[in-house]
Amino acid sequence: MFGTDPFWLVLVKTVVVFIGLVVIVMLTIWFERRVVGRMQNRIGPNRAGPQGLLQTLVDGIKLALKEEIIPITAHKAVYWLAPFLSAFAAFAAFAVIPFGPTVSMFGIETQLQLADFPQSVLYLLAVASIGIYGIVLSGWASGSTYPLLGGLRSSAQMISYELAMSLSFVAVFMYAGSMSTSEIVIAQEQLWFCVLLLPSFVIYVTAMVGETNRAPFDLPEAESELVGGFHTEYSSMKFAMFFLGEYINMITVSSIATTLFLGGYLAPWPFSLIPGINEGWWTILFWFVKVVLFVFMYVWLRGTLPRYRYDQFMAFGWKVLIPFALAWVVLTAAVRAFAIEYFEDVNMLLLGVGVMLVGVFIYLVYLQIRDARRAREPEPELPSGPMNLENEGFPVPPLPGQTFEYTPRASTTVSGGTEQEEVTDG
Amino acid sequence: MNELAQMNAVVEVGSAGEEWAFWICGTLAVIGALGLVLSRKTVHSALFVALTMINLAVLYITLGAPFLGFVQIIVYTGAVMMLFLFVLMLIGVDSSDSLIETLKGQRLAAILMVLALGVIAVAVIAIALDGTTTIGINEANAEHGGNVEGLASLMFTKYLLAMEIVAAVLITAAMGALVLAHRERWSPKRGQRELAEERADDFNRAGIHPGSLPSPGVLATSNAVGTPAILPDGSASELSIPVPLRGKKHPDIPAEPEQIAADFEEVAELSESETVREPEKLADVTGHLELDEVYPDSHNDEAGTGEFELPPAPDDEGRS
Repeated sequence: MFGTDPFWLVLVKTVVVFIGLVVIVMLTIWFERRVVGRMQNRIGPNRAGPQGLLQTLVDGIKLALKEEIIPITAHKAVYWLAPFLSAFAAFAAFAVIPFGPTVSMFGIETQLQLADFPQSVLYLLAVASIGIYGIVLSGWASGSTYPLLGGLRSSAQMISYELAMSLSFVAVFMYAGSMSTSEIVIAQEQLWFCVLLLPSFVIYVTAMVGETNRAPFDLPEAESELVGGFHTEYSSMKFAMFFLGEYINMITVSSIATTLFLGGYLAPWPFSLIPGINEGWWTILFWFVKVVLFVFMYVWLRGTLPRYRYDQFMAFGWKVLIPFALAWVVLTAAVRAFAIEYFEDVNMLLLGVGVMLVGVFIYLVYLQIRDARRAREPEPELPSGPMNLENEGFPVPPLPGQTFEYTPRASTTVSGGTEQEEVTDG
Repeated sequence: MNELAQMNAVVEVGSAGEEWAFWICGTLAVIGALGLVLSRKTVHSALFVALTMINLAVLYITLGAPFLGFVQIIVYTGAVMMLFLFVLMLIGVDSSDSLIETLKGQRLAAILMVLALGVIAVAVIAIALDGTTTIGINEANAEHGGNVEGLASLMFTKYLLAMEIVAAVLITAAMGALVLAHRERWSPKRGQRELAEERADDFNRAGIHPGSLPSPGVLATSNAVGTPAILPDGSASELSIPVPLRGKKHPDIPAEPEQIAADFEEVAELSESETVREPEKLADVTGHLELDEVYPDSHNDEAGTGEFELPPAPDDEGRS
């Protein structure tokens, strides 16, 4: 099926994927700002266009028209190359993502996917490792300390988490019997791999957040430590390239998660009972909904979790994720070999073991958090009864008739006091 | 498996496309190899190696070995070269090679050795391939149902021992590096709490300022990181300059605190002759406020020159 498309059709697909990606990035940035706004009890951009939809476009035009500042100490050629490498790798990765099954396009039967070959998941990893060059080189070529540190941090982080990520793929390869993205999707027609290979899914989702430098793993751009990280010295269009690359990467890893674990363009369970639902153009819709779910998860994480400390983050990657992934791969290989040699039902056993492992994993993390909390000194006990207004009402003197009460959650919360409420309402 | 698994190469071997790919990628690979040897900056050399590796990977893919090509990029370009870059960037951002020959006759010896190595390589490969019949990549792949499957079955049957030995050697090397680089910790690790308590102790005992050091100055003349901050009394704070820059000369960084202080005073004197510093004008601007309220110390301006002493500022270590 692949490699048989006429040249013009490949060209059409390429252009559609390219433009589609840019548009999706625009929408993603808008979506993130709106959702994170809601999570922080504010509205988010709502001025440019309906519901603020065109905000990203306006920002993009502003960014492109800004003055370009190149540091004197920059290494010119490499400084130019880095943002292009970053954006190139981000776009290139999308070539092997399947959006749907075979459809008829301009009278030609073709797959809704730009390209596919027996090793396309490896291609994704290869392109991702080229993308790291963009970040490292931008850090080095800026000729400045913060970008250099940010670039080194970022690449160390991406290389470490790439290991866990690749290990999580191995179990998928074993069960799909292929490394081609379209075949992996087809292999999930009966059962999605996020159910059968739950630990792999958990590892991948954790690693993909680290891989894209997003909160809570956004250490390369830790503003309080590194200014802007690797792109501190970049401005105007070059900065826009990094920005674009980061968001495309986010969508790419979401699509990979969808393809490898959530059944790609296949319909979710209750709908999948309808015969023939996994055919035709509208399977793109299922793919899109799943990707949006992942993007929402990204935004949710960003709105919820504080940033990790760097050493804790690396220790988590090397001492928790990778050993866990290795053990899981060995177990999967054993079960798979057993299933092929003896009987198929052992797959269900794997499912059970997987669920148990994830449970144990979460419980261990919980224990660690609980112990860390207990190790701290006990909270000072709150006095009970009404407050001594003269001393403890500081810094706000009580209004006439206002009384204070301690609440268990925050000692500063004010309750009672009708006049106080009137003041805040008015 | 459907026809996808049977498909071995993106480009048909022996086609015009493959020939084009060879000429383009081959040229780029040679350029990369030359760049490696000829460029003065080590980071540029490393980048040229990456270019060569990627082009070789593309050639592998066009020759019907996509797995090898991708692994080449993931392992060599993505991991090995990246580690090289790491080390280069960490040890010296700007180190370039010196062209002075330290060993006599080194270049000549190097050329001879490279030629000898080339002869050996060609001879060994020629001998090894002599008498081998070629069946082409498609047939070799078809035997096991695909490129990856073929490689896997060779690795785990015919070359199992070789693979195990390579793995053992690599693990030994990694363990050796760990042992050599390992440092025994003699004292318990100090956490945030211990460090904070230590700072508080220092403050109690010697009055050392427990907070962060003052940040560098942002003046009209310079805002470089080596510019000292001006303290309220007009003197420059040595503590605001990062330790490695203290006492160093750089065209952009006036690192002499005295010089900065002198510049600052000069600017202050210039501005005095204009509006803002004149006490009468200041009183006009502030309207109903008495001058004493704005500048409580202005009463010691007896000469009426507009200059008055500021209260003694705390010194660099935060003691008054």
